[in-house]
Amino acid sequence: MIHIEAVYKKFRRLQVLENISARFTAGQVIALIGPNGSGKTTLIKSILGMVRPDKGTIRVKDQLVTGDPEYRQFIGYMPQIGRYPDNMKVGQLFEMMKKIRGIDSLDTDLLTGFEIEKIYEKPMRTLSGGTRQKVSAALAFLFDPPILILDEPTAGLDPLSSEILKEKIIQEKKKNKLILITSHVLSDLEELTSHIMYLQEGKLQFIIDLESLQEETGEIKLSKAIAKLMRGQETSSAWIDQLFAVEQNKENPQ
Amino acid sequence: MLKLSRYVLYDILRNKIIIAYTLFLLLVSLSMFRMEENGSKAMLSLLNIVLIVLPLVSLVFTTIHYYNSYEFIELMLSQPLSRTRILLSEYAGVCVSLLSSFWIGVGLPVLLYAPDATGFALLFTGTSLTIVFTSIAFLAAVRSRDKARGIGFALLLWFYFALIYDGLVLLTLFAFSDYPMEKFTLLLSALNPIDLGRIYIMLKMDISALMGYTGALYKDFFGSGSGVLFTAGIMALWGIVPLWLALRSFKRKDM
Repeated sequence: MIHIEAVYKKFRRLQVLENISARFTAGQVIALIGPNGSGKTTLIKSILGMVRPDKGTIRVKDQLVTGDPEYRQFIGYMPQIGRYPDNMKVGQLFEMMKKIRGIDSLDTDLLTGFEIEKIYEKPMRTLSGGTRQKVSAALAFLFDPPILILDEPTAGLDPLSSEILKEKIIQEKKKNKLILITSHVLSDLEELTSHIMYLQEGKLQFIIDLESLQEETGEIKLSKAIAKLMRGQETSSAWIDQLFAVEQNKENPQ
Repeated sequence: MLKLSRYVLYDILRNKIIIAYTLFLLLVSLSMFRMEENGSKAMLSLLNIVLIVLPLVSLVFTTIHYYNSYEFIELMLSQPLSRTRILLSEYAGVCVSLLSSFWIGVGLPVLLYAPDATGFALLFTGTSLTIVFTSIAFLAAVRSRDKARGIGFALLLWFYFALIYDGLVLLTLFAFSDYPMEKFTLLLSALNPIDLGRIYIMLKMDISALMGYTGALYKDFFGSGSGVLFTAGIMALWGIVPLWLALRSFKRKDM
């Protein structure tokens, strides 16, 4: 469904994406991981047409992303930071989105799950960061799109809401959708992903499905498996070491 | 396009700054008309406020609004909407809200106290200046990613058009005072929308006789039908060209 071919992007002197090629198909849940500044968000923004690649092409359902914006009706996007017009009410935001998309069949699971209908009359500026995240999530899933792009979906959500969102993602996965997630919390990704795509300094280090990863490394836990793979590749593994340490601390708090 | 701008407008109309701006204009215009015995004197004071305050507020408010809506614009970009449509909707929303402030704040009092040719000239100038400076502000905001730089640049443009430009014109006229400069000054006035607006209104008042030969020439030109067309045409250019440039760089921009 998404076709990325030899994409390069430079911001001033910094090479943010370097020769990225990938092919995502329906039914996959791809975890896009990598340290801060590795180009994850830039890649996502390139797919959405917000960033124009210097070289290479991206196709979504065989439509070039640099052409007609119509292809975006197939995508539900949840940004890292959702900010909305201050005086707009929550209900108005949803009303506006419905008018833009013009789709009647709505998926209101998250709307009810997060109890967003209760805050329909509140202006956006009064919402907390976490509530805004919930609004963003509900918007991304609202039109039942075949492709979901979630940028750090669980950051800022309380454990309960985070669980609701994860359940929803698993549900959508079963509907044979393509889901792209970036996250720093590997344990969150564990139950969701089918593929791991690892970026570092704008380069694609590897893209591998979960079974092969577990087989190759002999580890069941995602964080351990990735750590092992990274060491094997002899790339800078400082980041993954750190992450590994955090995960271990979580397991045996002393 | 209306779908989007309606909501942008709805958001801005409840903005505290826009409400304060409307009240300020209303208060100033009413007090001018109430205090001055002479209607045209009141109009002259009002003219000066319109020429200084309107461009400033349009520039600053528009740039700040653009930067505050940045994430929202990003979200709109992830929807099946073209970039042109998104920017024009934002523009329409901001422009209409600033215009409604002006019409309520200045338009109503003028229609009440001085509904004559000068009054309508003032309303025309105010409307044009709002449209023009909103365009210019969009250009400044789209071009610079950094908020402080964008607002700084907008303020610099205001200084240039409202203050520095007049100084430069005076300097030029003074330096070349031995030559016939009437036609040239006419051209100079077209290069600054604020000046153009000022001249246009001044000539509608009966004080142009005080300006000597140049005033007579101006009166001859601006009083005629082609003068009105000239003013409207130049104002339209000042509104369209910056917006078009802003649109062009917005389409190529990485968000």
